[in-house]
Amino acid sequence: MYGFMNKNQKQYHHKESHRPHPSHAGCQGAGDGKAGTSLLGEANAKTKEIKILRKVLDVNDEIARQNRKIFEEKGVFVINVMSSPGSGKTTILEKTLAHIAPAIRCGVIVGDICTSNDADRLSGFGAPVVQVNTDAFGGDCHLAAHVIKTATDNFDLDKIDLLIIENLGNLVCPAEFDMGEHLKIVVLSVTEGEDKPLKYPLMFRVCHAALLNKIDLLPHLDYDKEAAVQNILKVNSKIKIFEISAKTEDGFDSWIKWLEQRYQE
Amino acid sequence: MHEMGIAMQIVEIAVASIPSDLKSAQVKRVNLKVGKLSAVVPESLQFCFQIAIQDTPLRDANLYIEEIPLRIRCTDCNAEWTAHEPVFECRKCHSGSIEMLSGRELDITSIEVAEKED
Repeated sequence: MYGFMNKNQKQYHHKESHRPHPSHAGCQGAGDGKAGTSLLGEANAKTKEIKILRKVLDVNDEIARQNRKIFEEKGVFVINVMSSPGSGKTTILEKTLAHIAPAIRCGVIVGDICTSNDADRLSGFGAPVVQVNTDAFGGDCHLAAHVIKTATDNFDLDKIDLLIIENLGNLVCPAEFDMGEHLKIVVLSVTEGEDKPLKYPLMFRVCHAALLNKIDLLPHLDYDKEAAVQNILKVNSKIKIFEISAKTEDGFDSWIKWLEQRYQE
Repeated sequence: MHEMGIAMQIVEIAVASIPSDLKSAQVKRVNLKVGKLSAVVPESLQFCFQIAIQDTPLRDANLYIEEIPLRIRCTDCNAEWTAHEPVFECRKCHSGSIEMLSGRELDITSIEVAEKED
């Protein structure tokens, strides 16, 4: 993350020269004042500044808008499930599909850098599954709008009510990329640190629901569940938190009920 | 982790923004705003930028990153402050109804091109 990196490191860079330099320029804080004005121009007056003012990700955002329009025209509700690797996303989705399909006609897009293991696990619930391996897209660490646009060509969207996107295991980059989904859901397992929401704030800030998974393991761990819940709420007081176990299906009733309600809205 | 894609996107936008009468001009600098909450590591982006500009009109360009602080407003009591930690709770009234005023930016603001010697 940009802002909340090691403070010593930041202070070190603040002591650097204010002159922009390829290896240092990125570390200058906003407090360095003249950012945006032509520091380089002072050293070399013969430059001309051309204003642009564009979002770097606006190509992605535009495709995401197109995706959302198509989803709305076709009446497809789309959820994007994100987490760190190994938090239990795939097991949660297996159990979720077992609860809601085929009453709700589901489709699944699974993102991984390599293998079709997750897609294999998620097939067999009567829902079409498309595996996206991002190594073809440069080994990307997240799914982006154009990848979803291509993946949806594999579905007959007229026959799908709920499209579930299982993102790559990563709490950083997927938070930044809109894909046209209606709900963002983050999974955090109790075998991860209680402070993960504070370490990856953007992820918890942008999500509508957090699934605190693997609660069946709590008796065996020194995990402070209340601290984890409070940390999630510090970052996002409006997020809906479900304490669940994908193994025992503890807490699944309220998660499934909430998902069905949101789908029906 | 996705800085290479972002660097390539920056190069694409910058190249497309060079005015047609300056097509042969050297781009000396690209100015970027990055919000404190955006998921971008500046050092990685700098590294990727140096690779992404090779064989493009930006090959001599530096990337200048302006960090935009995370400014927050409480929608209940209207208090405003700069957050140095990712805690979205009002300092005054402890409300969680928080609006982000800045800090999510990932914007290219301008490019600077060398003017031809007369």
